[in-house]
Amino acid sequence: MTQQVLMALLAVVAGVGASLAYFFGSNLLLDRLAADGRKPDGSYLSREPLRNVIRPWLFVLPALVILGVYLVYPVVETARLSFFDRNGTQFVGLSNYAWAIQNPEFLEAIRNNLLWLLFVPALSTAVGLLVATLADRVAWGNIAKSLIFMPMAISFVGASVIWKFVYDFRGPDAPQIGVVNAIVVALGGEPQAWITVPFWNNFLLMIILVWIQTGFAMVILSAALRGVPEETIEAAQIDGAGEVQVFFRIVIPQIMSTILVVWTTITIVVLKVFDIVLAMTNGQWGTNVLANSMYNWMFRGGGDFGRGSVIALVIMIAVIPIMVWNIRRFQREEAMR
Amino acid sequence: MTARVPGMTITWGRLLTHASLVLIVVLWTVPVLGLFISSLRDKDQLIVSGWWTAFTATERTAFGRTGAANAQVEVLGKFVIEGDFLPDPRRTVTSYGLQQTDLTAHAPGEAVAIGDSEFTLFEDGTYRWTSEEPFTHSAGRRIFYVASIPPTFSLANYREVLSGERIDRAFINTFTVTIPATLIPILIAAFAAYAFAWMKFPGRQWLFAIVVGLLVVPLQMSLIPLLRMYNDIGATFGVPSKTYLGIWLAHTGFGLPLAIYLLRNYIGGLPRDIIESAQLDGASHFEIFIRLILPLSVPALASFAIFQFLWVWNDLLVALVFLGKGDDQIVLTSSLRELLGSRGDNWEILTSGAFISIIVPLMVFFSLQRYFVRGLLAGSVKGG
Repeated sequence: MTQQVLMALLAVVAGVGASLAYFFGSNLLLDRLAADGRKPDGSYLSREPLRNVIRPWLFVLPALVILGVYLVYPVVETARLSFFDRNGTQFVGLSNYAWAIQNPEFLEAIRNNLLWLLFVPALSTAVGLLVATLADRVAWGNIAKSLIFMPMAISFVGASVIWKFVYDFRGPDAPQIGVVNAIVVALGGEPQAWITVPFWNNFLLMIILVWIQTGFAMVILSAALRGVPEETIEAAQIDGAGEVQVFFRIVIPQIMSTILVVWTTITIVVLKVFDIVLAMTNGQWGTNVLANSMYNWMFRGGGDFGRGSVIALVIMIAVIPIMVWNIRRFQREEAMR
Repeated sequence: MTARVPGMTITWGRLLTHASLVLIVVLWTVPVLGLFISSLRDKDQLIVSGWWTAFTATERTAFGRTGAANAQVEVLGKFVIEGDFLPDPRRTVTSYGLQQTDLTAHAPGEAVAIGDSEFTLFEDGTYRWTSEEPFTHSAGRRIFYVASIPPTFSLANYREVLSGERIDRAFINTFTVTIPATLIPILIAAFAAYAFAWMKFPGRQWLFAIVVGLLVVPLQMSLIPLLRMYNDIGATFGVPSKTYLGIWLAHTGFGLPLAIYLLRNYIGGLPRDIIESAQLDGASHFEIFIRLILPLSVPALASFAIFQFLWVWNDLLVALVFLGKGDDQIVLTSSLRELLGSRGDNWEILTSGAFISIIVPLMVFFSLQRYFVRGLLAGSVKGG
C-alpha cells in the first residue's frame, strides 16, 4: 500500500513533469533554432515572424494529438467497425444494423431511452426552475439550494446504492427498512420489490437521475433569473399582472434560451446514462438502455465489437443535432464578440 | 403574493413558498441521511428496523437458558439459581414468558410459579429462581423475553468494509487515478486555450469549432476503438493493456474539450491591454503565458479542476473498460458495484462503503462550491 502511494505520487510528478518539460523544452528549442541572426550581408535578421508561425502549434499540438487519438479517430473507427464482424476483421455490410432493428433487447433499450429523454430533462428542469424561484424568496434560500445541489457531487453508483436502499424490499411479513415500502405499509398497502415491476421500474431509475440533475438545472436557472431586469417585472405588476402571470408571461420568455441550454445538457447526460441502470438492475426487468446494452456487447461472450459499435452510433446520431446547434450558437457568439 | 407590501410578510403565499421548499429539500436530503445513519447503526438492528427508528430503542425477541441444578446455591434454607441474560447494562427486558408464544405474559420483576418453585426475571436481565426443594434438572430451562435495545452507533461497519472488502485499497487506487487525470489535462488545455484566444494561426476558428463539437461526443463512441488500440499496444509491446497511464490519458482526452472551452473563454476575456503591453516589452507568448496568464487564470483553472476531479472520481464506465478489477487497480465506484452484486443484502457493508466513496467528493464540493458553480455557469450559459 505504501508502495502504491509512492507510485501514485511519482506518477503525478512524472505526468505533470513530462507535460511541463514538453512545453518548456519545445519553446526553448524554438527560441534557439529560430533565434535572430545575421543575414549573409551582415545586417540584422529578425526571425520573430517565423517563431510566431510555429509557436501556436507548439501550444496546441499536445491537445490536438490527444483529441485526435481519443475522440476524433474513435468516432470514425466506431463508424467503420459497425460494418464489421464481432472481431472487427470481416466486412459484414449492414448485418449488424439488421440485427439491431430486429433485436427485442435493442428495441426495448430504444423505448426506454425515449422514456428517459421524455421525462428526465423535463422534470429536472421544471423542479430546478421551481427551486430557483422559491429559494430567491426565502431567507434560507442559499442553504436550500446548497442541499439540493449536493447530489451533483455524488457518483451515479453511490446514488444507486442510496436509492436502492430507499426502494428496499424485505418480504411481506418482515419489517420494511426501505422508506418507500415502509410508507406503503403504513398506508395499508402491500410491500413490493419495486425495481422488478416492469415498465414502472424505469421511472424509479429515472428519479435517481432527476435527483442528481435538478441541482444543475437550479444553479444555471437561478443565475438566469437574477439576470431578468427588475423593470420588466415591475412594469407588468403595475399593469395588474399577478405573480403567476408575471412568471409565465414575463420571466419564462426572458430565460427561455437558458432553459434550452439546461434541457439539452441534461439530454446529453440522459443519452449516456449507464451506471444507474448497471448498478440498479443491470438491464433486467425491462430496464435496459442503450449505453448499458453497448457495454454488455463489448464484453459479452468475448465481446461483439460490431454490434457494440452500432449501438454507440445510435447514441452518437442522437447527439448530432445538439452538436450542430451548439456549434451554431458558438459561431453566433463569436460573430458578436 | 404580497411579499413586497411592508408589514404583511406572513401570507398564505409566503407560507406555501416555505412549505414547498421545505418539502423539496426533505425529499432531496432524506435518502442521503438514511444512508449515513444506517452506516453507523448496529448491523443486527439495521435489518430489523428502519433507519428512521434509529434514535429510539428497538425491541427484539430472544430467549435465555437458566443455569442447571449444579448452579444452585443454598441461601437461608432455600435453593436459588441466579444469572444474567443481558450482561450489556443498556439492554433491558420489557416482558417475558415461559413459552415462545407467551412473550408478553409477564412484566419484568413479576414472579411466576414453575411447579413448586418461583421464577422472576428482572428488568436489567438478571433472574432469580428459588425453590424450597433442591433443583434436580440437568439442562437449564428456556425463558422467552422481549429485550429493549437502546440505539447504538459505532464505526464497526466502516472497519469491516475497509479491511474486509478491500475498500481501503480502492480508496488509494481512486486517488491514483484521479489526481494525475485532473492535473494533466489542465496544463495541456491551458496552453491550447491561450493559443486559441490570443495567437494567430491558420485554421484557428474551425479547429476551435471542432473542440466545441467534441464537447458532446458520447464516451461510448470512444470505448471500442480505444479498447482495441490498448489491447493491440499491449500485445505488440508485451506490456499490460490495463494500466494507470492508459486511464490517465483516456480521462485527459475525454476532459480536454471542456477544459479547452472553459479556459479559452476565460483567457479570451482577459483585457487585451495586458497582453499587448507585455508584447511591447518584448515578451514572447510563452513568457506572457507563464508569467501573466497562468496566475490570472487561477479561478478558471480551479473551476475546471473541480469538475474533472468529481467526474474522474465518480466515473465507473472508463474504469471498467480501461482498468482491471484486481486489488491493485479497482476503484471505489467499481468495488461498490461489485458489492451491490455480491453483498446486495448486507446493508451495513453497502451503506458504509457508499459513504466512503462519496465523502471525498462531498468535501470537495462543499468547500469549493463557489468555483464549481462558476465553472458550471461559464460552461453552459454563454461563451464569454
